[in-house]
Amino acid sequence: MDFQAIINGILLFVLLLNLFILGTSRLGTCIKMVSLQGALLALLPVLMHGTPYHALILSASALLLKGALIPWLLFRAIREVRIRREITPRIGFIATLLLGALTTAAAFIFSGQLPLLPEHQHSLIIPGSLATLCAGALLLITRSTAITQVLGYLMFENGIFIFGMLFIKAMPLMIEAGVLLDMLVAIFVMGIVMNHINREFSSINTEQLSQLKE
Amino acid sequence: MDILFVSLALLVGGGFLSLALGWSSKLSRLAGMWSGVAGGVVGLWACIDLVRAGASQTFAIPWPTAGITIALHVDTLALFFLAPIFLLTLACAVYATSYLHATTRGGQYAYHWFFFNLLAASMALVVIAANGLFFLVAWEIMALSSFFLVTYDYANEEVRRAGWLYLIATHCGTVFLFMFFLLCAGQCGSFDFVAFTALKTLPQTMTMLLFGLALIGFGTKAGLFPLHVWLPDAHPAAPSHVSALMSGVMIKTGIYGIMRMLTWLAPLPAWGGAVIFTLGIIGALFGIAMAAGQTDIKRSLAFSSVENIGIIFLGIGVSLFASAIGQPAIAVLAMTGAMLHIWNHALFKGLLFLGAGSLIHATTTRELSLMGGLLRRMPITGSLVIAGSLAICALPPLNGFVSEWFIYLGLLKMGQVSSGSIALLAMLLVVFLALVGGLVLITFSRLVGIALLGEPRCPEAASAHEAHWTMLTPMAVLMACCLLFGLYPALVLRTVSRVVDLLLPGSHLAAAVGQGEPLSSMGRLATLLLVCITTLVMLRWQRAAKVRRMPTWGCGFPLVNTRMAYTAGGYAELAQRSLLCVCLQPKVAIAPPVGLFPQASRLTMAAHDLMFSRFFQPLFRHVADRAITCRGLQAGLLHIYILYIFIATALLLGLVLLPL
Repeated sequence: MDFQAIINGILLFVLLLNLFILGTSRLGTCIKMVSLQGALLALLPVLMHGTPYHALILSASALLLKGALIPWLLFRAIREVRIRREITPRIGFIATLLLGALTTAAAFIFSGQLPLLPEHQHSLIIPGSLATLCAGALLLITRSTAITQVLGYLMFENGIFIFGMLFIKAMPLMIEAGVLLDMLVAIFVMGIVMNHINREFSSINTEQLSQLKE
Repeated sequence: MDILFVSLALLVGGGFLSLALGWSSKLSRLAGMWSGVAGGVVGLWACIDLVRAGASQTFAIPWPTAGITIALHVDTLALFFLAPIFLLTLACAVYATSYLHATTRGGQYAYHWFFFNLLAASMALVVIAANGLFFLVAWEIMALSSFFLVTYDYANEEVRRAGWLYLIATHCGTVFLFMFFLLCAGQCGSFDFVAFTALKTLPQTMTMLLFGLALIGFGTKAGLFPLHVWLPDAHPAAPSHVSALMSGVMIKTGIYGIMRMLTWLAPLPAWGGAVIFTLGIIGALFGIAMAAGQTDIKRSLAFSSVENIGIIFLGIGVSLFASAIGQPAIAVLAMTGAMLHIWNHALFKGLLFLGAGSLIHATTTRELSLMGGLLRRMPITGSLVIAGSLAICALPPLNGFVSEWFIYLGLLKMGQVSSGSIALLAMLLVVFLALVGGLVLITFSRLVGIALLGEPRCPEAASAHEAHWTMLTPMAVLMACCLLFGLYPALVLRTVSRVVDLLLPGSHLAAAVGQGEPLSSMGRLATLLLVCITTLVMLRWQRAAKVRRMPTWGCGFPLVNTRMAYTAGGYAELAQRSLLCVCLQPKVAIAPPVGLFPQASRLTMAAHDLMFSRFFQPLFRHVADRAITCRGLQAGLLHIYILYIFIATALLLGLVLLPL
């Protein structure tokens, strides 16, 4: 099938974007790349399942939210807190990049071991989704600014979204819509929290938020 | 069953309504109280209806998303516990209206009534739950709502401490219950109680493991001997009607759990019963010895709950022991006594806690040695407290006598029919139980004598006033029930014998117990006794008009005052010195008079719970010292926590998927 090749192409590009995001320190670029990733993934439902109304709704809403609304909110947030770069990652960029490559390889090996349906055996969907999940988690663990944390959650959601493609017929639209809505609300909240952290500590470095550990 | 649902809905709905009306303390109080009263009344009606219907009823809604089934099952055993739950809910809800009104600040009504109604509903759900997970959910709601009720007066440091102790104890118990139900479900393949019948076929080691887990888990809630440590702190801390509800019925849900567990497991070997009755008799002796040394009236009552729970466990243990050695008749007698004592204790301990609440309400102190002379100032409350004390001392014609009589009868029969060490054991238990009875008499004659008789020892006690009728009526109702059960034990025995039949299947002797000759004659004798007492009291009243009032003769001293009267500590001292071992005696610190012209001297007595200070405190301190090394894991950094979650998820995923 033609579409299969396109889907695999998109997923490959998504994997490359993962690595790119892990390796860059510019927040603006990161946001752009994550939203590009989201927008590309929004094409998947239509490519995989044709144009029933609920694949269309899903595609449209994902494109709107991840490609437009969320990046707009995030850009507004970094403009307000005047921050451009991730300066003090816990683990360096090169090391993160290498870890990202390793987790991607692990994702491919792991999904090779899984007892999958024959039609999913050679698709990139499972390894792509696992690799994106891992990259999101890496971003969450290694970066310290609140904004990259948000980006980490977004990538995490992208990974779940890819995985969800396998069940789109089984999974009710409600659940996907719920996940998307959750994301939007989470971004809103994070934006507000970031503003408050910034105003209070004149930094959005979350490492300073450890006084409540008792 | 439908009526029962209406009652539960009233309780839960009323609780939430009370919370929603929190902005107005008057409205939330009305909502909470009336829903509590309505829930109690409808619940009692449901119980009567279900008893009439006879057969057990079930109800189930599967809830696959949460992985549990909301399964309810009302049988004789559940009904046996439901009735006192609703009765005490009703009594305590009425009582609380005036009691809370005086003691506390506004704004807390909403929380109080919310948790009160939730506690009542969750207790009912615990006894009718028929699915392990659903049971645990109800159990946990019960534990948490009672925790919030105990810490009602949270501004007080002591109350907060008692609350934490209770919370920790109840959760430690729940851990064992989780293990118990998970093991059961693992063996049976389902959490539904219906499937638990498969437990009968387990090997004995597994049966004993399950028995041990349940005994610890449920025993913690019930206040079984070494696990009772939370009880003497929690009851004084809680408002009195909450103590009444908790001591009267909430701790009984622990006994319910053990009973329910016994219906699932294969018959226990004799030593299983022996463990239970040994813990029971030790608990009874320990509890009452501590109760006799307390000067805080509610603490004394709380320790007396430990004692009564001990007696109930003694009955259960003897019954299991007897059925294991092939004496079903004795088993039935002891079990009947234990079951009856559950109801009786709910009634008279409820009455006594409410009575103590009224005394505290009037004198603003819990200290026995500051009360005094209250019978003249609060005649109705005083008489009710005296009646409750008579009942708890197991004196005829009140109900406590009937249940203890059955346990004595079982023990004596065991001494008669068996020989050798078992007969000796039975006789020893009789002696110990009699010793417990004697100490109960000392404890409660002390409580009545010091608090109600004599002269007031503080100005508040001197200006005490009779309690409001909303506080007196619930106490009077409980007292009437005590008297009724004492005069016509055959009335309740029919219900009890059905439960005993369920617990000791195959004996079919339970029904015969109720129709035995001694019982009906006991009812008649008790009535006769009551008539005699009433006549004597009437005669006294007629003559009382001629009695002259004079000051107390002070042995020639000119300035007699109340500080020369017996104190609560002094009254019990002789008995404690001569009856108790050194470790149970209260610690006394004396600064004796010195020299020819002595200055002020003083004496302080404190009866501390040894199990708590010598065993649990060092144990937990030791564990805490070891556990502190794990503090390094708590980095305080979000990233690290996310990493933990990630690693745990990845490991679990690998664990689940890779063996495939």
